Amino acid sequence: MRNVIELKKINKIYGSQVKTQVLFDLDLAIEEGSFNSIIGQSGSGKSTLLNIIGTLDQPTDGEVYINGKRTDQMNKNELATLRNETIGFIFQFHYLLPEFTALENVLMPYRIQYGKVPADKLKRANELMALVGLEKVKNNKATNMSGGQQQRTAIARALMNSPKIILADEPTGNLDSETTETVYNLLRDINKEMGTTFIIITHDRRIAETADRIIEIKDGRIALDI
Amino acid sequence: MKLSFNIALRFLNSSKGQTFLIALGIAIGVSVQIFIGSLIQGLQIDLVDTTIGSQPQITITSTSDDKLIGDYESRLSDISSDYEGVKHVSPSADGPALVTSDEENYSILVRGLSFEAAEGIYKTKERLVEGSLPENKNEVLIGTTLKDESGIQIGDEVDVLTSSGENQALTVTGIFDFQVANLNSSWVLTTLETAQSMFSYDDRITGIEMQVEDVFLADTISSDIQADLPEDLLAENWKDQNASLLSGLNGQSVSSYMIQVFVMISVLLGIASVLAITVVQKSRQIGILKAMGIRDSAASLIFVFQGLMLGIAGAILGILLGLGLAYVFTRFALNPDGTPVVPLYINPGFIALSAGFAIVVSTLAALIPARKSSKLNPIEVIRNA
Repeated sequence: MRNVIELKKINKIYGSQVKTQVLFDLDLAIEEGSFNSIIGQSGSGKSTLLNIIGTLDQPTDGEVYINGKRTDQMNKNELATLRNETIGFIFQFHYLLPEFTALENVLMPYRIQYGKVPADKLKRANELMALVGLEKVKNNKATNMSGGQQQRTAIARALMNSPKIILADEPTGNLDSETTETVYNLLRDINKEMGTTFIIITHDRRIAETADRIIEIKDGRIALDI
Repeated sequence: MKLSFNIALRFLNSSKGQTFLIALGIAIGVSVQIFIGSLIQGLQIDLVDTTIGSQPQITITSTSDDKLIGDYESRLSDISSDYEGVKHVSPSADGPALVTSDEENYSILVRGLSFEAAEGIYKTKERLVEGSLPENKNEVLIGTTLKDESGIQIGDEVDVLTSSGENQALTVTGIFDFQVANLNSSWVLTTLETAQSMFSYDDRITGIEMQVEDVFLADTISSDIQADLPEDLLAENWKDQNASLLSGLNGQSVSSYMIQVFVMISVLLGIASVLAITVVQKSRQIGILKAMGIRDSAASLIFVFQGLMLGIAGAILGILLGLGLAYVFTRFALNPDGTPVVPLYINPGFIALSAGFAIVVSTLAALIPARKSSKLNPIEVIRNA
């Protein structure tokens, strides 16, 4: 399988007065269609790593290739388009727009890129809502759902543009263990059925162990990669 | 574009109270503008109308020794046809005289007019409080003040002594009221022929009077006319003779503009600061939209659209409020006789301008938060969750 993500010699330094180096010469390649988990203590640099992969953050130096394209030299608009088409995000907090219904939130990535929603895309959004088991509450405002429902809506939203990669930062951090189980099974199913590449940060070893590959980050370096 | 508009609409909709308050702020600004503007314009129009509305705005007189203008018929028609904006061109033959009643002498100005042509300027039919206009030779109208002072009644025949020492008996057919005491006591209106024969002007007159469509153009039209007149004729306009009125009007306009400008500046600052706060309120949404790939320009547009929509809503509400205020003012701020203290001048063009200005200002005010949202980095929002 080819690598859908490649990081070469990534350094990340925060601050200009007091410099804090978070990542040290980090090399990482992620295979297309794989299901990866990143573990590590808080402050180890795992979220920074994920944000750099997601092009939300820029490395201080080093090269980032997403889907074969070098991103650390792209301008903001190119990055925006790349994110929209290639990457789906799931954060610890759902970040749904409370002004819109669940279904409208799911459609949002499509509308950002293409504007008007044709019938087949609306159908896809409905199918995604069904996939995450929310067809009954799809017309609820985002604020009118339970935490698990909100997070599952966020997952459906991340899938809307059929991205190659889904980046998830503690996607179940705010959920109870039962819901956590449901959400992880859902993510695994999506990975199997759609071949979407997953990188998931988690502190839950039990869940990390179900992944194809576990990467442990310690003090800005890869400490373990199995 | 459409998405930005849609998000802007949802944002406004999600905090209705705040939206209403901003729109109300704009509306009050617009309504004050419309009200003050209408008030000042109404005041000015009323003032100009009272001062010069019922008098000639350009007068041609002769500077020759006998002060007479001959061959005036052709000149009248030339002026009516050659100059744009001129209306109600009318000849007049004036002369001073004394009228005697009950052994008392009253100094008068006999004004021979062509009533038909002069109607446009003096509105004599409207001003007539009793009797009728002179139709035959030696019939005259007198003012209410002269009537009260001298006791002359309609139908009376009065003796008039001209400055050249000739006596003429004139019949009073009506009483006018120009609402200016000076004119009501001294003017005696008669036909052109009567005055011409009384003062032996033959077929000549003493002045050509006219009004113009736009009273504020009287000076330029007047100088155009002057350029084509022979040397012994002089065209004068109301502006030269009412410099203090004009400077008063100017001062009024300037102070009105000042008020309007400062009202709009305060509206601008108000909207800008409230919208700046909404960027902070909505930073989560903007952050996630950016993570999902919305462009900075589209994110900025959300706030520009909010400004635009608030401006439009505020302008519409402001027009209603302003007109309501104007209506209340004309209904309740009344003179003892029941007429409004100041008749407001509702100028649709001015109202449209105020509304348009408010919309532009609101949109401009939204540029500050728009810039702020464009700079917002999604990582800051996500990191600070």
